[in-house]
Amino acid sequence: MTRSKTISLQTIWSRGAIYLLLIAFALYFLMPVYVLVNTSFKPYTEVSVQRMWELPQGLYLGSFTEAWSKVAPNFTNSLLITVPAAIISSFIGSINGYIFSKWRFKGSNTIFLLFLIGMFLPYQGVLIPMVITLRSVGLYGTIPGLIFIHCVFGIPITALMFRSYYAGVPDDLVDAGKIDGCGFFGIYRHVLLPIAAPAFAVVLLWQFTSIWNDFIIGLVVLSNPRLAPVTVAVQNLAGSFTTEWNIQMAGALIAAAPTIIVYLLLGKLFMRGLLAGSVKG
Amino acid sequence: MKRNQKLTRRQTLKLLGLGAAGAALAACAAPPAAAPAAPAAPAESKPAEQPAASGGKLEIFSWWTSGGEVEALEALYKLYREKYPNVEIINAALAGGAGQGGNMKAVLETRMIGGDPPDSFQVHLGQELIGSHVKAGRMEDLSELYASEGWNDVFPKGLIELASYEGKPYSVPVNIHRSNVMWYNVKHLADAGMEKPPATWDEWFAYAEKLKAKGIGALAVAGADPNFSAHVFENILVATLGPEKYLGLFNGQTRWDDAGVKEAMGLLLKSHEFAQEGYQSVAWGDINEVMTSGKASTMIMGDWTHGLFKSAGFKDYHWAPAPDTNGVFVALSDSFGLPKNVKNRQNVINWLKLCGSREGQDAFNPIKGSIPARTDPDLSKYDDYLKETIEAFKTNIIVGSIQHGAAAPQGFVNDYDTVVSTLLASKDIEAAAKQLVDAANAAGLSG
Amino acid sequence: MAVGPTTLSTTAPRTSRRHINRDLLLAIVVLTPSIIAVAIFIYTFIAWTFWISTVNWNTSVIDYTFVGLRNWERMLSSFRFQMNLRNLALYALGFMSQCIIIGFLLASLLDQHIKGEAVFRTIFIFPFAVSAVVTGVAWRWLMRPETGINLLFESVGLGFLKSKWFADPTWGILFITIASSWQFAGYVMALYLAGLRGIPSEVKEAAQIDGCNTWALYRHIIIPMLAPVTYTSIVLTGMGAIRVFDIVTVISGSGQAFSTDMLAYHMFEQMFTANRFSLSAVIGAFMIILSVFLVVPYLLSVRKEQER
Repeated sequence: MTRSKTISLQTIWSRGAIYLLLIAFALYFLMPVYVLVNTSFKPYTEVSVQRMWELPQGLYLGSFTEAWSKVAPNFTNSLLITVPAAIISSFIGSINGYIFSKWRFKGSNTIFLLFLIGMFLPYQGVLIPMVITLRSVGLYGTIPGLIFIHCVFGIPITALMFRSYYAGVPDDLVDAGKIDGCGFFGIYRHVLLPIAAPAFAVVLLWQFTSIWNDFIIGLVVLSNPRLAPVTVAVQNLAGSFTTEWNIQMAGALIAAAPTIIVYLLLGKLFMRGLLAGSVKG
Repeated sequence: MKRNQKLTRRQTLKLLGLGAAGAALAACAAPPAAAPAAPAAPAESKPAEQPAASGGKLEIFSWWTSGGEVEALEALYKLYREKYPNVEIINAALAGGAGQGGNMKAVLETRMIGGDPPDSFQVHLGQELIGSHVKAGRMEDLSELYASEGWNDVFPKGLIELASYEGKPYSVPVNIHRSNVMWYNVKHLADAGMEKPPATWDEWFAYAEKLKAKGIGALAVAGADPNFSAHVFENILVATLGPEKYLGLFNGQTRWDDAGVKEAMGLLLKSHEFAQEGYQSVAWGDINEVMTSGKASTMIMGDWTHGLFKSAGFKDYHWAPAPDTNGVFVALSDSFGLPKNVKNRQNVINWLKLCGSREGQDAFNPIKGSIPARTDPDLSKYDDYLKETIEAFKTNIIVGSIQHGAAAPQGFVNDYDTVVSTLLASKDIEAAAKQLVDAANAAGLSG
Repeated sequence: MAVGPTTLSTTAPRTSRRHINRDLLLAIVVLTPSIIAVAIFIYTFIAWTFWISTVNWNTSVIDYTFVGLRNWERMLSSFRFQMNLRNLALYALGFMSQCIIIGFLLASLLDQHIKGEAVFRTIFIFPFAVSAVVTGVAWRWLMRPETGINLLFESVGLGFLKSKWFADPTWGILFITIASSWQFAGYVMALYLAGLRGIPSEVKEAAQIDGCNTWALYRHIIIPMLAPVTYTSIVLTGMGAIRVFDIVTVISGSGQAFSTDMLAYHMFEQMFTANRFSLSAVIGAFMIILSVFLVVPYLLSVRKEQER
């Protein structure tokens, strides 16, 4: 705000309009949250289409306790799947991105391109070969198997993100490392890793949310519903011919909580990571 | 020719590979009595003579995840645990997805192809079982179990035929649901000055006009799920064709562009003009509220509706056969079978025995809101609606439901749903009839 | 810009040259497991999909008899598939335009030295952390004709704005993009915001000294400078449109006469409800082809940009 020293009436108007617009959009973005939270605090008998905007008559916690009692084990499963998978795949991505940006060799760009095309595989179409392949290596139906699959499908996107980030790191730094006698791992460890926190935040957040929110792979790879992730459990809250919306929405909120919390915690780093260069082109 | 041989060999190798893997697993988990190679040699499978398994696990795979469905299943589990306390039951259930039990069917299919079948799974009796699993050679023949348990005498003949392929039964029906029920709001009926519910489509349309004048929808329709209307349509087909010609649709005796089929399409389109306001956006899972809130007056839907109305605290309803279907029972049945190469074969056989027993069926059905497949239930355990239905099941002509997997294979059901969905928008009866003929030819229904 | 081993070798001392070559070899070795994993789990699976689309596996009985393009003819000529294409066009249009317009607008507003920027930013991006299933559940309630937003319109006297939303038999699919854009627009906003912050303030100031008004500044300087971000957003949202599955499943399924049916949903139904594996593989293969047409030019252009 350095340039406007004299505040004219016009600027007050336009500033007002900007804030009004932002607030209007904020309300729009929060509207579905209101519906979810509001409905979750109602008992089933109070859930009705005519009164959906009305606040509940009292804070009814039954939906949450019931939903939680059903999804709690799966919630734990999701943590056991998502945390290792996000960390491992980010780590793999940080190394692959490092190779693709700082250790180019003949054909490395082509390999990178082939990686990226693979990013867009429609998973729903390859469930059967996936199961057969996993089974042949003895990982089908196990949490490690699912972690493995998420790591594999995460290879392209994590490599892309880290590569873009490292592209913003001057090559001189890497050269200096080489001259100092640092090897492949030395440069990674001493030059790039210390400054990679924002990139890790972006990638971790991305992987954490997409793995946590995954439904179809978890459904199929973990054939035993006891091991299934929380997203599957939330869908199971609905019956085949009827749905108790208050319970399903409470379940949905429980399932969404970790990603929202992680996002709130890492949000700043996330923006920093984006600013630091993941949009190079 | 050469290519074919090569493919066959590869296929054989693959099957052997999968079979071997399954057998190896079976050898690890099953008690020695259940010989791993049993499925290939029917002579070895004498389930009735084998001793009860004393341990291990039993995985039951279904799409029953909520409300009365789960409670009913739990009642069966409770009985099983009493008999076989050392067996650990793994309840594997998945709901949701595209179509009823869509996610469950997706996982089941990948597990089957991946060579890891669940010990036993829920499947609609009839073509859903035969076309999807028996023809693929995945299931064990249960003839001996039927004989040793005396089921050939207690299950109705028509039902055993539905369960059978080439004369051999492949699954055990645990319940019967009726598809052709009209649920109606008794207050609306009284307000319209009518003494009994409409019994024919003519009467129904007359009633619908009266309701329309009051701003009430005559027919509850979940328009967001076209399969809901496909359910209604099968019951109109029975009405216009009558049971014999309806059955003829599945063996080539009746063509799918028969005048009766086209008449049914006309009635379907006309009935939807009397659907409740905004019906296009209502999903199947939300349809009961349309009835309980009085926005619509009648609903043509299976008899699971009874249990759902009861649990929603709705009282102003009663039931009648869907218009013009009095004396016909459009049936669907949930059943369990024995996949080949399962890990806990003896435990599954014990499970099937329980499913087919009087004790098991009488524990399961009153809670599920369905009637037993057996003809000798303990009537005192069933409520008025179910008693009436049990009686109807004994005396009516029984035909299979299309929508719920009894009458036609899955591929045809999928096309049938497509045609109904398209018809509702295009209103082009001629085109729809032609599409049904094509679909029937593709599915081999034309005899 | 690229630090190839050849450019290095001219400057680096002789002793470290061998060192570097060894390190380069090490880099390749470290990369190899990833290459193998991608080759198996992505490329083999893609090849498998194409192969299955040419065989006769259309019941649950596995049948690897080669039938050429018969499945392709059957699928491409079916009404449902043609509806999929129409819906994809509408969905892509609605989804891309909303994400990019809302994303750009919000980023531009937030770039005006706003008090509480972090709060707004958080509100706009958090839907990105919410799964498509949850998004679908909430929006299905909001867009049900007899309730939700229609009820809200009515209560404030805007009853004429009432809509059938996703239940509209013609334009229903466009309304579903409201829900999916709600989820994704914040991410596009973050990309644009990063882009805006990347434009040196001297550029903006110089333009203003030259007498550019705000409109002209955006029109001639900022929007062209953000073209790469726009391209990225188009590709990301386009990919989202091709693959969309969960949100459609939750909100409307295939809809009346397939008015909201999308490729992935159709594929899933063909595979697991109808057990027509070869026909469903046609849809899968078609989706892969579409993706390649969208993504490869983009990736090549990015690569060219970076090599310059």
